[in-house]
Amino acid sequence: MNELSASSRITYRAVMVRPGMARRIRGLSDRTLAWLFITPTIVLLLAINIFPLLWTIYLSFTNYRANRANVPTIWLGADWYQSILTDPDIWAAMQVTAHFVIWTVVIETVLGFGLAYLIDKKFRGHGMWTTIILLPMMLSPAVVGNFWTFLYQPQIGLFNYVVAFFTGRAASSFQMLGDVTLSPWAIVIVDAWMWTPYVMLICLAGLRSIPDYIYEAAEVDRASKWRQFWSITLPMALPFIMLAVLFRGIENFKMFDMVNLLTGGGPGSTTEVASITLKRAAFESWRTGYSSAFAIILFVTVFGLANIYVKALNKVKSR
Amino acid sequence: MTSATTAHSVVEPSATTRRFAGSLVVLYAVITMIPLVWIMLTAFKSPDDAISYPPKVLFKPSLEGFCNLFTTRSRQTPEFIRSLGPPQGMCDSIARSRNMVVAGPSNYVPRFVNSLIIAFGSTVLAVALGTLSAYGFSRFRVPLKDDLLFFILSTRMMPPIAVAIPIYLMYRTIGLSDTRLGMILLYTSVNVSLAVWLLKGFIDEIPREYEEAAMIDGYTRFQAFVKVVLPQATTGIAATAIFCLIFAWNEYAFAVLLTSGNAQTAPPFIPIIIGEGGQDWPAVAAGTTLFLVPIVVFTVLLRKHLLRGITFGAVRK
Repeated sequence: MNELSASSRITYRAVMVRPGMARRIRGLSDRTLAWLFITPTIVLLLAINIFPLLWTIYLSFTNYRANRANVPTIWLGADWYQSILTDPDIWAAMQVTAHFVIWTVVIETVLGFGLAYLIDKKFRGHGMWTTIILLPMMLSPAVVGNFWTFLYQPQIGLFNYVVAFFTGRAASSFQMLGDVTLSPWAIVIVDAWMWTPYVMLICLAGLRSIPDYIYEAAEVDRASKWRQFWSITLPMALPFIMLAVLFRGIENFKMFDMVNLLTGGGPGSTTEVASITLKRAAFESWRTGYSSAFAIILFVTVFGLANIYVKALNKVKSR
Repeated sequence: MTSATTAHSVVEPSATTRRFAGSLVVLYAVITMIPLVWIMLTAFKSPDDAISYPPKVLFKPSLEGFCNLFTTRSRQTPEFIRSLGPPQGMCDSIARSRNMVVAGPSNYVPRFVNSLIIAFGSTVLAVALGTLSAYGFSRFRVPLKDDLLFFILSTRMMPPIAVAIPIYLMYRTIGLSDTRLGMILLYTSVNVSLAVWLLKGFIDEIPREYEEAAMIDGYTRFQAFVKVVLPQATTGIAATAIFCLIFAWNEYAFAVLLTSGNAQTAPPFIPIIIGEGGQDWPAVAAGTTLFLVPIVVFTVLLRKHLLRGITFGAVRK
């Protein structure tokens, strides 16, 4: 591009901006502009995230019930917290949640990293197959969970048919959603099906970020492929793997939609994760104060665990 | 890139390795696809074929699922149906063969439209706000920057049900409950934290010298942002938009707790499609399939940005 056209472009732009406005924008210091850019986001988050959170904290100390707004609100102090932390049902729900988080994260991480490792080999058509593998994570957990209840039907479901075909058992002899030992696994399977691609995507990003020259140097040193994997690939991809674990851990701690539609917490309370307990207390028995206290306990738990984990992650990153 | 990059040949996997890796991935992809394919097949089955055992792979295609998705029907006596005259269209004749008549449209279309408006509205807002803040955080000295950024991220750690009650009470007070605007604002607030974090990563990658050069040429800071930085950040903005859209399109917990009719989206609606004697699986499958189409198309079109979104935004800091 020659000089003349470049300068005429600038003149053209200067004409496009109205003189008064240009002066006003030019008059803004960087400091003012920074605040103009950041404030809307902060205001929105304060209004729709922080304000409700503070309100939840307030409600957790009262006897308020959302369905009985005209009953006078009484300040109860930490009563709800005390009764929740000593309630065996709550501890059971926390244990169920912990099991889900651990199993789903372990399975998704192993499968996701394995897939990423294979895709990174750049076989023919890897782009297309990657896209196909990514599809489940684009779908709505609720809609998908609902459809899996159909696949899990003992009399007519495809899942039972396939398992029966390969194991020789009668398809109607096991109920994925009705059996106390199987129903937690029914949810783990759907979650792994849906979210393994997500872990794969992050791990793939990690593998692609390892520069080739490190491997070249290792080849020059005659390091075996096995050694290269343990000394280069895994340590260098570790921050990414840990990040995927963090994201999946936080999400699955909050798991609600899929469980709600697959089992609703049943049979009994074998799949009753914390979010389901919370929803029952908040929107079925309308114990607003109680459920607020439970919500705060959950939030503090995730927040605390995430904080400790992020510290460990930063340590790994800075190595 | 074979002959030109012989220097890199030591790190290129061998043909056997590639073929082995490829076949494992294809196997996984095929297993992953089976439930999805099954949803689409079921959408075109008749109710009897959908619940036959063993499951039918070959069947006579039927549009009954789609008819049942888009209409409500009422049961009538055969005499009454005969007195009506010829059926009004394909769905009516299918309904009449089952001793029913079409009573009216179902709620699927309004719910789907709500999903479109709320998902795209909140995505546009979240990306716009996120871009501005990300630029602000990336380029300017902001007091307590790290604390603010962590604060923004931490808003994503709350279980939706934890804040649903106060939001419900707040919306009831200010008249936003069960409105599209209310849902758009809510989803924007959930998404904006992700948008800021992703986009800050992208904007950090754009050299400051570009804007400085533009400002020396007489641009204001704001003009430099619009004319220089925004075009450079297009990929990042696209990647962020995909992630925001996926979330808003699929969200269920807030939708089921905070909307009842007017602003309800499709995810809470599809599971409650009930036919005679239980769930109407072909109709559910039809609703699910149609609901998947926009997001799948979007994903396939923008899959390259998707990978970059994860690479640059969330991780490379």
